[in-house]
Amino acid sequence: MASYSTNEFKGGLKIMIDGDPCSIIENEFVKPGKGQAFNRVKIRNLKTGRVIERTYKSGESVEAADVVETDLQYLYNDGEFWYFMDPETYEQVSADAAAVGDAAKWLKDQDICTVTLWNGVPIIVEAPNFVILTVTDTDPGLKGDTSGGGGKPATLETGAVVRVPLFVQIGEAIKVDTRSGEYVSRAGK
Amino acid sequence: MSRGRGNSRKFQVVGHRQGGIETRNPDWRPTASLEALQVRARLLAEIRAYFAGAGVLEVETPACSFHAATDPALDSFRISYTGPGAPAGRPLYLHCSPEFPMKRLLAAGSGAIYQICKVFRDGERGRLHNPEFSLLEWYRPGLDHHGLMAEVADLVNRVLPESRPVEYLSYAEAFQRRLGLDPHAATMAELRACAAGQGIPEAGALELPSRDAWLDLLLTHCIEPGLGRGCLCFVYDYPASQASLARIRPGDPPLAERFELYVEGMELANGFHELTDAAEQRRRFERELGRRRAQRRHAVPIDENLLAALEAGLPDCAGVALGVDRLLMQITGAQRIDEVLAFPLERA
Repeated sequence: MASYSTNEFKGGLKIMIDGDPCSIIENEFVKPGKGQAFNRVKIRNLKTGRVIERTYKSGESVEAADVVETDLQYLYNDGEFWYFMDPETYEQVSADAAAVGDAAKWLKDQDICTVTLWNGVPIIVEAPNFVILTVTDTDPGLKGDTSGGGGKPATLETGAVVRVPLFVQIGEAIKVDTRSGEYVSRAGK
Repeated sequence: MSRGRGNSRKFQVVGHRQGGIETRNPDWRPTASLEALQVRARLLAEIRAYFAGAGVLEVETPACSFHAATDPALDSFRISYTGPGAPAGRPLYLHCSPEFPMKRLLAAGSGAIYQICKVFRDGERGRLHNPEFSLLEWYRPGLDHHGLMAEVADLVNRVLPESRPVEYLSYAEAFQRRLGLDPHAATMAELRACAAGQGIPEAGALELPSRDAWLDLLLTHCIEPGLGRGCLCFVYDYPASQASLARIRPGDPPLAERFELYVEGMELANGFHELTDAAEQRRRFERELGRRRAQRRHAVPIDENLLAALEAGLPDCAGVALGVDRLLMQITGAQRIDEVLAFPLERA
């Protein structure tokens, strides 16, 4: 089994802790002048997203996690799983709701997503930073506004609801920043 | 890259690459600001003036030696000399501190001496560590560790931007105050339980080689961060098992006449009321070599010249090693040692 010594620790290194794949955020070397050296690390559990701290005796080895990030194309959702395809090899993988998480409301078929695979299975799905989605429902009555004011809620084709300026109408395509969930602009088709 | 304080002067990039053209390799540049290097130069001058005024002699001793520190917590860089006297090459070690040859000078009758030099420790790199760093080491015949602590405080307070109150805390008091634990009596199981109770994750699973390693874990993780806040904090009278080269005062428990200085949670200096007994020193060297063997670490040759000097007679004295780079961090407010080094390991 592959492993890493504490001397290989650095931000981004993927290791196994308590059976879960984790990513090192921060690694601090701690050593009294005349005593035992330690590596004190801050780690993100990639399955739960939780950040934890761990202390290792320097020189110890820790099991490596087989984790890769890859760009995959979103295909469809069958109600239980979300399916993705490698655009080069046409290989397909399925992600469960825990892996897809909040990204689900931004996923539109054909979009390229960053998928984190652990032992070949998706554990994190990140939507593209910007997506273009069609407005399926919004209050049509509010007109005449320019871009100021409070805006109004609009439901998009994926089910996501975002605040849009009053001039945006049903059937229009808009660009949304998925990291903040905010409307960016209209997107002419 | 320059991370000095707000108004610190940065290095100017001069020459034809000025004007935003990035070189392919930015590592040629120093990590310290120009101001930090100027503060370093001033600090070295102040230290030399301080000791000149105190009548302490500046000395130089070899950085490369045929002997090395046996301390299992230290790893010396091993190099080799080939040439006249050693046609087939002879191993040499870069010193971890100038302690042994300085004690030979003391035994030869030098009187009070100090040295500022680069020392080398393999395996040490982090926010507060660089494998090559500057040490100020000095010895005071006639003083014990308490007398020397007072002098360390005096020197450090002179070079810090603002003088700080001085706190003295025994090793036992430091543990008692923060953890309610007697470091001299607690069993390994109690230390482990204490670490787990302090939220040191997976302390239950950690495999540490000794009781002292558990004490080190608690010290570095729970106690150190709170030491020397707004003051200079000396911790003194260590467990006899951590005596290193300090003399041990008999008693219950016996205590090592050793001290460390902490400022704002950072270890700055380590000092001893020096062991002068050659036989006891030899026993400690051999015990340490045994521990190195058990840990399958490099065996190193014992410094017979030091032992001979102790046999000839080391005057009763106290000595201390102070990290110059860390002192500079304190003076400049740097958070990382890289901010006060021109070129740390990765750019060496």
